[in-house]
Amino acid sequence: MSVISLSVLDLSLVAGLVVASAGLSYWQKLAISKRYLIAATRTVVQLSLIGLVLKFLFAQQSVYWVVGWAVVILLIAGREAIARQQYKFLSGWSYSLSTLSIFVSSFSVSIFVLLAVIQQTPWYQPQYAIPILSMVIGNTMTAVALALDQLTTQTWQHQAVIENRLALGEGWQEAIGDIKRQSIRVGMIPIINAMAAAGLVNLPGMMTGQILSGTPPTEAVKYQILIMLMIASGAAIASIIAISLGARHLFDERHRLRVDRLRDSLR
Amino acid sequence: MSKPFRCNNIRLFDIEPVTLDVGAGQTLCITGPSGCGKSLLLRALADLLPHQGEASFDARPADEFTPESWRKTVGFLAAESQWWFDNVADHFPRGMHQSAKEMICQLGLDSHALDWQVRRCSTGEKQRLALVRLLVREPKVLLLDEPTANVDATAMTQIEKLIKTYQLQTQCPVVWVSHDDEQVKRVADEVFHCQKQPVVTA
Repeated sequence: MSVISLSVLDLSLVAGLVVASAGLSYWQKLAISKRYLIAATRTVVQLSLIGLVLKFLFAQQSVYWVVGWAVVILLIAGREAIARQQYKFLSGWSYSLSTLSIFVSSFSVSIFVLLAVIQQTPWYQPQYAIPILSMVIGNTMTAVALALDQLTTQTWQHQAVIENRLALGEGWQEAIGDIKRQSIRVGMIPIINAMAAAGLVNLPGMMTGQILSGTPPTEAVKYQILIMLMIASGAAIASIIAISLGARHLFDERHRLRVDRLRDSLR
Repeated sequence: MSKPFRCNNIRLFDIEPVTLDVGAGQTLCITGPSGCGKSLLLRALADLLPHQGEASFDARPADEFTPESWRKTVGFLAAESQWWFDNVADHFPRGMHQSAKEMICQLGLDSHALDWQVRRCSTGEKQRLALVRLLVREPKVLLLDEPTANVDATAMTQIEKLIKTYQLQTQCPVVWVSHDDEQVKRVADEVFHCQKQPVVTA
């Protein structure tokens, strides 16, 4: 089996499907066609550019380029994780928190897998390091975003309950314990669902891509399993770090609940 | 066994510095218009809000206690009680259910109130159960924010009686926020009028 190379004409045919369906939604007055076309255009442009960037990075075979690229996507992921949160910590704390938890979890998991499982020389071989790191960073970003949003929203809504529990002499850990557990659970829901339904409902995107490009299904499956397990452990570590540090920061040294350290970004 | 409670130059937000002394077994009532900061003051005394100045119990300032032990020492009852488990009983530590039942009966509630679901309780019932929930933990000071706000006359009498009984047994100092002048006359040894320029009157 060999790769069937896609030509520009091939992709234009599929783009025609998008334009046609956009026309359909315009005709139905669904008021979504503009955003839909912009998003589709962004996909084409962004992925084409990334293709060129990856081609360049693969050609360099340099640890500096890999690390530089990793730092850039880490900083973007840290920002995206908190971009749409209603309640944010003041003075950049949310950004530092999300970036730190994504960094610790995704880098430790990725480097472990590169050294212990992939075992290429050099270990940072861009062809492996870059896809693995970006898959893990992308998914831990989602976990951190969901978990932190849950933590801050629930704390904001239940501040009277937390204060009442403190007033009865409970420690801060206990007073916010339910919210912490719930937040970590919410952060883990997407990956748990994905693992539980893997292969049953739809074929995971990475595996599908590999199969289409000629990899035997059994090999593609092994890589998919590797990636899913990495993502799951990365998401778990990231959620736990973000929630532990975030919850601690909601209380001061006298264990008072300090919702004044949060800002409602909708107001 | 009885010890005095003192708050020295407590200051928070735009509230004028407040100094209060409540002796063992004494009741200090705080009165004043809505929004003058009575509830904020009580929350500061329970060390739930950042503040300047210092509260102390038995001549030991709050800072010398861990936050948890300070809040266990000064029992703060919020004006609106909060509940976080489905059942009333889960809010009471195990081993305290018997003493809770006795107080529940003294407040004229059903002796099975512990088995109730919180969402089926009225505001007044929750108010009374919250007082029991506080008293079974045996705080050494009581900071009460309108403990009889949502109850009828009978319940009010029962609540006042329960607090007085507890105070007689433990000789604890009580700080009691009230809107009701008649109640203040009944329970207060001393009254603090919360105003823009607070003045302590004996």
